[in-house]
Amino acid sequence: MTGNTLEKTSLGARFARFRELGLLLFILLLSIGVQLRNPSFLTLENINDMVTNTAILSILAVGMMLVIVTRGIDLSIGATLALSGMIAALTVSAYPDVHPLWAILLGTLVGLLCGSIIGLLVSKSGILPIIATLGMMNVFRGATFMVSGGKWVSAHQMPASFKAIATGSILGINTLIFIAIIIYALFYYFITYTRTGRQIYAVGSNPDSARISGINNDKILWLVYTIMGGLSGLAGVLWVAKFASAQGDTAVGYELSVIAACVLGGVSIAGGSGKISGIILGSILLGMLNNALPLINVSPFWQMGIQGLIILIAVVINALVKRGVDRNNLMRRRI
Amino acid sequence: MSEYVLELKGITKAFPGVRALDQVQFQLKKGEIHALMGENGAGKSTFIKIITGVHLPDEGELYLNGERTEIKSPKDAQKLGIAAIYQHVTCFPDLSVTENIFMGHEKISRRAKRILWNDMHAEAKRLLQELGSNLDPRTKMGALSVAQQQIVEIAKALSMQARIIIMDEPTAALTTRESEELYKITEKLRDQGAAIIFISHRFEDMYRLASKVTVFRDSRYIGTWGVNDIANEDLIVAMVGREITQLFPKRQGEPGEELLRVEGLGKTGYFADISFSLKRGEILGLTGLVGAGRTEVCQAIFGITDYDKGRIFLRGEEIHIKHPWQAMESGIGYLPEDRQKQGLVLDWGIGRNITLSALDQLSSRGWVDEQKEAELAKSLAEKVQVKAQSIFDLASSLSGGNQQKVVVAKLLTAQLDVIILDEPTKGVDVGAKSAIYEMISELAAQGYGIIMVSSEMPEVIGMSDRVIVMREGRVTAALDAATVTQEAILEAAMVSQTIS
Amino acid sequence: MEKRVLLGRRDFSWKSFFLQWEWMLVLIFILVNVINTYLSPYYLNGDSLRDATMTFLDKAFIVLPMVLIIILGDIDISVASIVALSSVVMADLYTRGVPMELAIFICLAVGTLCGYINGLLITKFKELSAVIVTLATMIIYRGIAYIILEDQAAGKFPEWFSYLGWGYVGPVPFIFLVFVLFAILFILLLHKTTFGRRVYAMGSNATASQFSGIKVDRIKIIVFTLAGLMAAVTALFLTSRMGSTRPNIATGYELDVIAMVVLGGISTSGGKGRMIGAILAVFLIGYLRYGLGLVNVPAQMLLIIIGLLLIAAVMIPNLKGRPYKGKKSG
Repeated sequence: MTGNTLEKTSLGARFARFRELGLLLFILLLSIGVQLRNPSFLTLENINDMVTNTAILSILAVGMMLVIVTRGIDLSIGATLALSGMIAALTVSAYPDVHPLWAILLGTLVGLLCGSIIGLLVSKSGILPIIATLGMMNVFRGATFMVSGGKWVSAHQMPASFKAIATGSILGINTLIFIAIIIYALFYYFITYTRTGRQIYAVGSNPDSARISGINNDKILWLVYTIMGGLSGLAGVLWVAKFASAQGDTAVGYELSVIAACVLGGVSIAGGSGKISGIILGSILLGMLNNALPLINVSPFWQMGIQGLIILIAVVINALVKRGVDRNNLMRRRI
Repeated sequence: MSEYVLELKGITKAFPGVRALDQVQFQLKKGEIHALMGENGAGKSTFIKIITGVHLPDEGELYLNGERTEIKSPKDAQKLGIAAIYQHVTCFPDLSVTENIFMGHEKISRRAKRILWNDMHAEAKRLLQELGSNLDPRTKMGALSVAQQQIVEIAKALSMQARIIIMDEPTAALTTRESEELYKITEKLRDQGAAIIFISHRFEDMYRLASKVTVFRDSRYIGTWGVNDIANEDLIVAMVGREITQLFPKRQGEPGEELLRVEGLGKTGYFADISFSLKRGEILGLTGLVGAGRTEVCQAIFGITDYDKGRIFLRGEEIHIKHPWQAMESGIGYLPEDRQKQGLVLDWGIGRNITLSALDQLSSRGWVDEQKEAELAKSLAEKVQVKAQSIFDLASSLSGGNQQKVVVAKLLTAQLDVIILDEPTKGVDVGAKSAIYEMISELAAQGYGIIMVSSEMPEVIGMSDRVIVMREGRVTAALDAATVTQEAILEAAMVSQTIS
Repeated sequence: MEKRVLLGRRDFSWKSFFLQWEWMLVLIFILVNVINTYLSPYYLNGDSLRDATMTFLDKAFIVLPMVLIIILGDIDISVASIVALSSVVMADLYTRGVPMELAIFICLAVGTLCGYINGLLITKFKELSAVIVTLATMIIYRGIAYIILEDQAAGKFPEWFSYLGWGYVGPVPFIFLVFVLFAILFILLLHKTTFGRRVYAMGSNATASQFSGIKVDRIKIIVFTLAGLMAAVTALFLTSRMGSTRPNIATGYELDVIAMVVLGGISTSGGKGRMIGAILAVFLIGYLRYGLGLVNVPAQMLLIIIGLLLIAAVMIPNLKGRPYKGKKSG
């Protein structure tokens, strides 16, 4: 009954241990490759642009990771993002003197509300997450059009203070990146050092055992969708400030990029596992691809296909790694 | 202060359609290992769930140290110092050993409510060492063997300072060596003053550990004895309710030519070097402890899982079966161990369940002939004597024994030579058992070759022509029915040997 | 032991006949029509009703195989992308000079292939759910459509091609006839053949189905391939009605289709529901949409209504233990 029997390890198991390292290596190779083709890739300006673009994606990826860890999925975040962004934009264009912090708060609140509705649907009435979020995606998207009357809120309608959210800097760091870092620090603490955070992983790893251990599964499910909503709301305001325009079809399909960042970062679709470090790398890789493809003269119309292919390859690799780990565990069982 | 740490009186619990416990009582002393025995479906699991607060009893009283107590939730049970180690380890495979140990009672800093990982890892390490294990508490639970996971569960019970520990068939999936470790740990816990309820199907567990034994049967309390005060046979009678020797039908006729031959079958991590042959009209008993690899061998032959070594011959020709449908087309049928999950579509009628494997012969060019289907279903359901009103009665409405008859009827629709029965009488009441035995011997008489996997010693001896015993994934004995004894089987199933 | 006799026939009961979800749908359907008639004097007009039917029937072709997929307990959210890809391929080939007949054939082949790939991935990687696989292929298929056409439109099809979406056979729209034909085929397939029976079995208990010798992988692949083929059929009719195609064609169709299937009483947990329910739901949502359009409810409001309808349809059985139980398949 000793634990240390590591004679043979299968390929998959070895890969599992070095996933993050591998991702990092891939990112480095990719940057070198792109840099050789186009020297303007690794300029300070472009890197800054890339990281700023990645910031919003990575904020959303945190929430999506928690949802996927509980074996769920949220397809509504693009719509939630648009709705909260739109409401915030409408507010600042009507009251230009409002401090941008209030706009951020308002957007986040709208997102929290949207998320908590989905959370209720998933936890209380037991609707499959895919169905609930697909349905609410429509509802939120429709609501976005309704509140704006089908019109855009464009750059000149927004006060400069609002647009400065995306361009300004705190302590010399771009505000978006600053916010992303804060969120990462907060959530790292949350999922590592708080009981509620760990309970999210417990529920995803084995819902039945979680219930027996006295965890309130419904509460946890509600919580992750609400968090996801809140982060989408925040991201909505940042998005609108960054692109200086709020439209009915803002961020259509963006949920797919977020899911891609998560599965790339090794978040298991089967639930129970996912690391902050993984999704940071996943988001960076995805953000880099989006940034680099145009630089090496790949038509922007290839992006969608490439992104889909990346998701597929990532989940297939995840599955194969899992098989390898299982086989490895069997090999250690001597008969 | 009562002399009992735990006492239950008149506990009754009913679920829709079933009375799972009927006026059950139980008494547990401090520092005692108390075996709880009974057949599958006798109500042991429900009983445990009442003590651990998973279910609330409909009637009855529960006393802890003489005080009337109500346990309303698993959390309550935890607080009262009751811990359970379940049959199927209920862990979080993606989380670390430490987290599994401390789930629900993490160590947190007083003000910030911050989880104190270093303290927890250290404490986990200490607990594991106390149990004689040098596992790294940072390992993921999913990477451990079942035995190691069980140690972790026990460490969890220790960490909660449990005074009452329930072990629900903890040895079921363990090897002999691992079981021995577990015995030692259990005794250690007892010596430290814990009271232990030990549920097991293995008599050797009981004799090795327990001082008292309580038997449940058909949801009722039958009696409590000192382990040394009751003979093996009497205990069996208490569990099954009658002498079992008379159950088995007499069979005549010599086995015919060889049907199936398995040579050196192996699958990494599950079994190795399995060889045997099966003749027409023969019943081959395949036994061993649960977890010895019997089901895995059968499922590999039937094409549910792969095997990586060895060869299989059917009627003298080598076959490679990768899917169940290939097995059935070549004439091998399998009656699964878990009939509710693997054998039946529970929300379908009896008739459609019976014909599920026979749709091709009941259809022309893909169109189901419902007339023909109903006739076949009716005749087979009557042949195996399913107790029901019509073939449209839902499978879920039947008792365990009748459900099993439906699954057998389903096998009869196919053109088979070899039938593999995996625990055919598991969870079946005694009356239905003898009906199933009749059926099995009739099938053998009709010329089927039958492999019967079973953990029940009397059944194996009473039914089989030959017996193969497996232990830890290997065949440890091939015995002839004429000379086989329970002792011989038990020895082969439990004692380490060096037969290939 | 005495010989036990079982009944081989089931008594017909009017009560259980009427206690079916499908009657509920019929009732709502009538209600929708009554309200629509009341709200708009233009609603109850033979010609306009007929034209309205033609506008929503295109996606109904996907509803049919989606019923099979959801009965299996799976889901396919890539269907709209398959519509786009097969439509775009057809248009692109035609503009490059391939004869229209061949382009149509290739359109169907592309859809079938896409569905087959879905099925293959889902059966080869059983640890991946159909949700995630079709999510990935959803992006890939539409992504390929974008690669082919970028943001251009393609069209200028031959005159006769518009007949698919706009033509009549006597007084009856051609698309309606084709739909009725496919609907009958799928009803028979699901309820009368061994294939349909096995689909139900797999949806109710996948393990028992495999243990019973059902070729579970093959059936799953066939079902997903059928979905691909029918998505291509939708592509034909939709492209014909639009007169041209773009890579963003049929966006959001997967949602409409799933909503119709779920509203039709097909349980998302698998194994339950009937084809006719989903077909009723197609007409119910179609006329609801048409009626609301007549009274100038904006399109965005419709988006919200469909979303809410989808959730309401799944919640009814969840909250009340399915009061109007769809007839059991057993």
